[in-house]
Amino acid sequence: MNGHLLSIHDVSAQEIVRILDTAESFREVGTRVIKKVPALRGRTVVNLFYENSTRTRISFELAAKRLSADVINFSTSGSSVSKGESLKDTALTLQAMGADAIVIRHSSSGAPLTLTRWVKGSVLNAGDGTHEHPTQALLDLYTMRDRLGRLEGLRVAIVGDVLHSRVARSLSFALVKMGADVMLVGPPTLIPADAPAWGVQVSHDIDAVLPGLDVCYMLRVQRERQRQQYVPSVREYARRFGLSRERAGMLQDGALVMHPGPMNRGVEIDSDVADLPRAVIEEQVTNGIAVRMSLLYLLLGGSGPRAAAGSAEEAGAVRLPEEVATRA
Amino acid sequence: MPEPVLFRGARVVDPASGTDDVADVLVAGGAIARSPVVDATVLDCDGLVLAPGLVDLHAHLRQPGREDKETVESGCRAAALGGFTAVCPMANTDPVADNAAVIHEVLELARAAGTCDVFPVGAITRGLGGEEMAELGEMVDAGVRMFSDDGRCVPSARVLRNALTYVRAFEGVVIAEHCEDASLGEGGQMHEGLTSSSLGLAGQPREAEEVVVARDLAVARLTGGRLHLCHLSSAGSVEMVRRAKAEGLRVTAEVTPHHLVFSEEDLLTYDTNMKMNPPLRAGSDRGELRAGLADGTIDAIATDHAPHAVEEKEAEFDQAPFGTIGLESALAAVLTHLVEPGELTLARAIEALSTAPARILGAGDHGGPIEPGRPANLVVFDPSADWVVEPPFASRSRNSAFLGRRLRGRVVHTMLRGELVVADGKAQR
Repeated sequence: MNGHLLSIHDVSAQEIVRILDTAESFREVGTRVIKKVPALRGRTVVNLFYENSTRTRISFELAAKRLSADVINFSTSGSSVSKGESLKDTALTLQAMGADAIVIRHSSSGAPLTLTRWVKGSVLNAGDGTHEHPTQALLDLYTMRDRLGRLEGLRVAIVGDVLHSRVARSLSFALVKMGADVMLVGPPTLIPADAPAWGVQVSHDIDAVLPGLDVCYMLRVQRERQRQQYVPSVREYARRFGLSRERAGMLQDGALVMHPGPMNRGVEIDSDVADLPRAVIEEQVTNGIAVRMSLLYLLLGGSGPRAAAGSAEEAGAVRLPEEVATRA
Repeated sequence: MPEPVLFRGARVVDPASGTDDVADVLVAGGAIARSPVVDATVLDCDGLVLAPGLVDLHAHLRQPGREDKETVESGCRAAALGGFTAVCPMANTDPVADNAAVIHEVLELARAAGTCDVFPVGAITRGLGGEEMAELGEMVDAGVRMFSDDGRCVPSARVLRNALTYVRAFEGVVIAEHCEDASLGEGGQMHEGLTSSSLGLAGQPREAEEVVVARDLAVARLTGGRLHLCHLSSAGSVEMVRRAKAEGLRVTAEVTPHHLVFSEEDLLTYDTNMKMNPPLRAGSDRGELRAGLADGTIDAIATDHAPHAVEEKEAEFDQAPFGTIGLESALAAVLTHLVEPGELTLARAIEALSTAPARILGAGDHGGPIEPGRPANLVVFDPSADWVVEPPFASRSRNSAFLGRRLRGRVVHTMLRGELVVADGKAQR
């Protein structure tokens, strides 16, 4: 991973397996009464959020706290950034304060990569513009593997505004890397023209796709796409691509419905469908904490060759090796 | 009056006279002289190339308005160090150069600097607003030879039609267009394609340029006016210009060194110095730009020198402004990436950097021929000298797409009307 997680392109299939395996052992921590291990004691994790995102920020915050790291939440409203401080100066300030990891959410694609030029610590991309959201993709992979037992050969449809979705990008790249079959579904205006070059297929007919799926992954549709004339109306979009009760009934037994949240109930997903047992949306949230613990741990504590060689358990989720504790 | 100078033993490349020969060139009284003169300063030019001074049809000198980025003085010094003896600053200053007063101001600043001839470009429309024609005649009287709303195209075909028609009254005046359809280009951060998609950056398709090139050529046909197309970036545009020239339209075109050298893949690290408009396009577009330059479809190389403040470029990619500086690296970039690999002859490179733009501009004192009696506007460069593009620059800005890159070919002397404004690679003013 090279010290940072900026894009799914930064991780190999083998590394993804290691991240998911490590998350597996960290998930147990979340079920304890005392949900905490000392793996990152004394390390500082900064959440640098240029966009509002309650769920991703809280998920990272919980992940870091369960690893006993000190967590600073730097949100841009009411801070030096709202006074016009540049990304560079914010980065230099955080660097001077000794941040070991910076989790950044930014509306500009590439901002996490730009940040790495100015800080020595690890940078984790928590979503940048319309580029990538790699930790979301990894927690989605974790959830699929957990529920369905495998990733290779899974048939996954990603439905909605793929063009503007960093979730769809990261998830497509990650699934293709793991050998799944990915179908992007949406109106042609919202599917990137070069999508076939990603190794995925494209369909504009959700009804034809649903019966063969293992996972139906619904993306949030933003109302501004109507204003920008990508779709004639949100209503027409919902009728043509929304996951209604009837459409959910076309899914085979055991197929999952997923959504990265926050949902527009009644637009891309019917309210009843979101509450079906096959809809694993809350599980995605729960698993997100374990996957982010795994990533923080591997980047900050166990990114060396020793940890790479060891199993997740050895790496410290259950029993913490001395060297990790003392390195802190 | 400057001292007489004898450039001894240079390879003289002068496309205007078809010369490419080792010769001595004597300068006296500000002009090329007939040999011999006894008391001339002798400059040994063994291994060096002597050519007519370069002419840049497209630069942003930012004055008046953004003197923190560039001034006429700093821009002219950068131009001289890059081998240019004439430069055309664009009209998108603050205030806009849409009236004779601003033109006079820029010319006065240039005279005071005295390092490079300046031919200010006037705005086609008031305030670059695209709606009302500026007082073109007043600006012609003040010395303007070229008009452009650079930074955007004239959105109304009717206004463009009227401008192209109106300037027919003025001998040699040309209308230059930045071809970009605002609605197709809206929000675009780079070329639209696989790279923009994988970087998650909004793309500007090459068709944003092509639809305006097609429209402008049609309007040129309608009016018979003289049209110059700025900084072409797409293969389709080159083909349209080729056909328009075959048809006999009065159209000329330019390309920048960075579009000839780089492509969209150079943006993979979100390097804001590679962010320009029009954007760096696909390798296939670059190939057609090179072919179009070699066969004369594209007449001239122009820098689109666009200085920006460090803090503006050291920002998130989508918040950084468009543009790269280019005056100090243009010649070396062309020599290194086109002439040395054999894609362009040295004579054609000099023609595109000097003779052709001088002709487009009607700048009779520039672009050669290097013949007795002609004004001594010359450049002498060492085609084999290696250097790395890095600060300090004479430009007040350092946002160069070539930053940190090694180039071959370095300007040794630049002479403006017989005066060495650059000697041994050092600015003399």
